[in-house]
Amino acid sequence: MSVKEADRILPVTAGETGLRERRSVVKPGRLKRYEPLAIGIASVTFVLTVWQLVANARFVPVLFLPGPSDTAEAFVKLFQQGDIWLDMATSGQEIVIGYGGALVVGLVVGLLMGWYTRFQYALDPFVNFFYSTPRIVLVPLFIIWFGIDMPSKIAVIFLGALFPVIINTMAGVRNTEAALLRVARSFGASDALIFRRVVLPGAVPFILTGFRLGVGHALTGVVVAELIAARHGVGQLIAIAGQTFQTPKMFAGVILIAGTGMLLTTVLQRIENRFQNWRPQIRR
Amino acid sequence: MAAGGANGTTIRAVRDRSAKLAARGVVIEYWLARFDKLFTAVDGVDLEVGDGEFVAIVGPSGCGKTTFLNAVDGLIPIAAGSLTLDGREITAPGRDRAVVFQQPGLLPWRTVLGNVIFGVEAQGTMPMREATERAQQQIELVGLKGFEDAYPLELSGGMQQRVNLARALLTDPEMLLLDEPFAALDAQTREMMQLELLKIWNATRKTALFITHDIKEAIYLADRVIVFTKRPGRVKLSMDIDIPRPRGLRVKRDPKFVGYEDQIWESIQEELAGPAERLLAGMPA
Repeated sequence: MSVKEADRILPVTAGETGLRERRSVVKPGRLKRYEPLAIGIASVTFVLTVWQLVANARFVPVLFLPGPSDTAEAFVKLFQQGDIWLDMATSGQEIVIGYGGALVVGLVVGLLMGWYTRFQYALDPFVNFFYSTPRIVLVPLFIIWFGIDMPSKIAVIFLGALFPVIINTMAGVRNTEAALLRVARSFGASDALIFRRVVLPGAVPFILTGFRLGVGHALTGVVVAELIAARHGVGQLIAIAGQTFQTPKMFAGVILIAGTGMLLTTVLQRIENRFQNWRPQIRR
Repeated sequence: MAAGGANGTTIRAVRDRSAKLAARGVVIEYWLARFDKLFTAVDGVDLEVGDGEFVAIVGPSGCGKTTFLNAVDGLIPIAAGSLTLDGREITAPGRDRAVVFQQPGLLPWRTVLGNVIFGVEAQGTMPMREATERAQQQIELVGLKGFEDAYPLELSGGMQQRVNLARALLTDPEMLLLDEPFAALDAQTREMMQLELLKIWNATRKTALFITHDIKEAIYLADRVIVFTKRPGRVKLSMDIDIPRPRGLRVKRDPKFVGYEDQIWESIQEELAGPAERLLAGMPA
């Protein structure tokens, strides 16, 4: 231990007052702050290296296991060819409309179901039915109804993301602490004020959890729906690459989807943290 | 002067002072879904609280004292009798009453300042700018200056209760209702909070109804202590506490204080005999 470090941990004498205070908690240094990132990068690098080495050894042909370099190459080629832009635009639009719609509708329906018990009684059977049904089985039906282009995909994404949002939003409203409601009622708060100032802020973490779960469902929806039948889209790209044994290209498509998912989840996580600054930090 | 009564009879804790709160034959019932049965929590309470008087209600746990307070607040309806504040029937929560709850009930996402304001905000009676200014004074009064921007989860239990108190005081009620506000605090914090509450009360002299199961606390704080019988609750004893104010914590060791404590304890103990004890004593259940 260096002298400097020892200084930070040992009791500090507060000069003139003669009071001594013991600092058990030391402000984390720069290294500590970047620790999660550093360890994350190190572990990813390690896995990529092992993957590359195994691929280079060529125990199996590229068809079975392309290495990271093959995948990267395919990725670059993908963007040089130009078809990818149409695929991304198609899938992107499907997600934005389907997922965006699910957030809006799910939030409104979830809040209503949480706030009005009778509304919940009326809709509960449907929510439970659709939530427990794998929405993917509806894809053939949607293709019959809406054709093989975007609308059928949007419908699948919408339904996939909708129910996690509804269920979590409803749970958030329902989980309002009884003590808080009692306080609000005791001070004569109107229902509107209780909803805006007590129920809604309390439900935010639940709502955002619903949004995050919805991301996974939306991405599954878009890929699987496109696998089954589509003209364009990243899911379709993966399907065709798979059927034509272009494994590196397939990997590139998968990484594109996974990257989108990670991006969306991170953004939502950031928003959630922003709403949680009142929670004492346990670790960071 | 103690107005005691024989076991089982109803005592009317009614005084000749100008009554602020008046309860006459108040009966409170509630439906217990789990047993599919109607329970009587409070059965014929007669009591008056004078203007500027500090009254404490003690009684065995489950005797309906908190239920009674909730009825005074207007959160639950009464089944029979009448309950009036300044001569007006109590039917719903109103601006003339404010409760300091046992659980602080603070909005965790709001700062101390935001929580203190919440009461007047809910009532919708004060412009926000004025509320913020006056909240600062209340925060200072309850000793939380410097913690305006702290969040509830960063505060100790005692500090949270100070916020709870400041929130009630900011609404400037006619009557302050305190529902075991210090019950969840540790012994030392509780004593300090009692001392502080008396200081604040001395400055405002608001009519106060204080529910507690702590006999010492009741005697220390109140002008008059009322003992409830076991459920269904009724007034069993009404005892004036003739100890001059301001009262320091030392007064708790005064022989007079201990004398009050003994009498009230005796009175409660009669109510405590549970079915098991009765069985052992060969009494009918």
